[in-house]
Amino acid sequence: MKWSEMFTSSVGKKWVMALTGIFLILFLIVHVALNATIWANDGGKMFEAGAHFMGSNIVPRILEVGLMAGILLHIIQGIMLEMQNRSKRKKGYAVAMGNKGSKWYSRSMGLLGTLILIFLIIHLAHFWVPNRSNQGWLLGPEISLYEEMKEVFQIEWVVVVYILGCISLAWHLLHGFQSAFRTLGVSSKKYLSLLQAMGIGFSVIVPLVFALMPISFYLGWLK
Amino acid sequence: MEHYTMNLTLKVWRQKNKDDRGGFETYPVKNISSEMSFLEMIDVLNEELIREGKEPIAFDHDCREGICGMCSMYINGRPHGPWHQNTTCQLHMRAYKDGDTIVIEPWRANAFPVIKDLVVDRTAFDRIIQAGGYISVNTGNAVDANAIPVEKDKADAAFAAAACIGCGACVAACKNSSALLFVSAKVSHLALLPQGDPERKSRAMNMVAQMDKEGFGSCTNTGACEAVCPKGISIENIARLNREYIMGAATAE
Repeated sequence: MKWSEMFTSSVGKKWVMALTGIFLILFLIVHVALNATIWANDGGKMFEAGAHFMGSNIVPRILEVGLMAGILLHIIQGIMLEMQNRSKRKKGYAVAMGNKGSKWYSRSMGLLGTLILIFLIIHLAHFWVPNRSNQGWLLGPEISLYEEMKEVFQIEWVVVVYILGCISLAWHLLHGFQSAFRTLGVSSKKYLSLLQAMGIGFSVIVPLVFALMPISFYLGWLK
Repeated sequence: MEHYTMNLTLKVWRQKNKDDRGGFETYPVKNISSEMSFLEMIDVLNEELIREGKEPIAFDHDCREGICGMCSMYINGRPHGPWHQNTTCQLHMRAYKDGDTIVIEPWRANAFPVIKDLVVDRTAFDRIIQAGGYISVNTGNAVDANAIPVEKDKADAAFAAAACIGCGACVAACKNSSALLFVSAKVSHLALLPQGDPERKSRAMNMVAQMDKEGFGSCTNTGACEAVCPKGISIENIARLNREYIMGAATAE
């Protein structure tokens, strides 16, 4: 069987979603850990050092290309799967099954993913675009991301959008984390229950820590 | 349980043939015994329709013992009705009370086109089985059944998967019209046993390929299939199929 056949079958497409999903989960760990240094209480020095390293060192810059490819693959494949799956039942039911047997968020991965995508575009426009276009070796002096955060997170609607983005991410992860491992073939009850518990923990803690970042700046906890 | 009778309103999907647009018809049914099965209740209505010179409601049924997988019906938003691990034929009218309205629809999926009323074409499942849901056995004397030792846990898991009756409720319940619970039950049943081992890789690949060709969707692991399965087939089987498939696909030339 050719690689192309393997990854274009219904099961293969889900493998792509699962692999890119786990890759993005790993990215979230790096992102949340680095950003948590804003609470080092040093006026953003440690955070800036981290941001400078991530922006200037060749290794994270190469990894960033992989990250972008992973994000794009996850989004494009996700949209295509959602559209294909929706087309499989041209005539629907008069009485919807609703929550009988499944959780709303497990059936709403496309919607939650779209909300995260909208958030992501706003988020990239706030930080990634000005930061990357002003990176020393490119166009101009490196901007201070800490100062940028301080400024951006004074705007009320931005804080609200970020919190909503984090909530969408939490629901998306709550299903996606364990579902990815099922798709990759983990069928043992022993491991699934462990992964399920890890998934719940991850889905609550990571988005919560992310959400606390704009809140901390908005409420003036960070100077 | 105390016996009682009830009057009900049925909203039933009527469709002359696969090309007809179809629509709901409302039928009042009276004096239904709480001890009747759901299909007997439809039988009573059909007798009446025949007496009135109308076309009776077409629906699939065979054993009426909950083991053949023929009966279907999506009842008030749930395949096989409200009871857990139950087929429509084993649903009894004590599940309802006087004055209830019951909406009855056929399985909905492109891969299961409606033939008439509540009858859908489920031959897609037969073609998936033909693609690999079997073991090849040499002719000659039958080998003694206990000649090959089978680990108890695996035998039990294979037996649990083999309980699938192929009714298609999993497809009917799935938001993607995915047949993966059915396919995974068949793949697991054989992959777990030594007799199924030699063909396990090609089996998973061929059955998935046929499933895709039939127009079923992919799996989102929502668990709706498992919740409505009359035989309690676990979605762990789906994870096993995913593994079987990729192992097969990654190593096949």
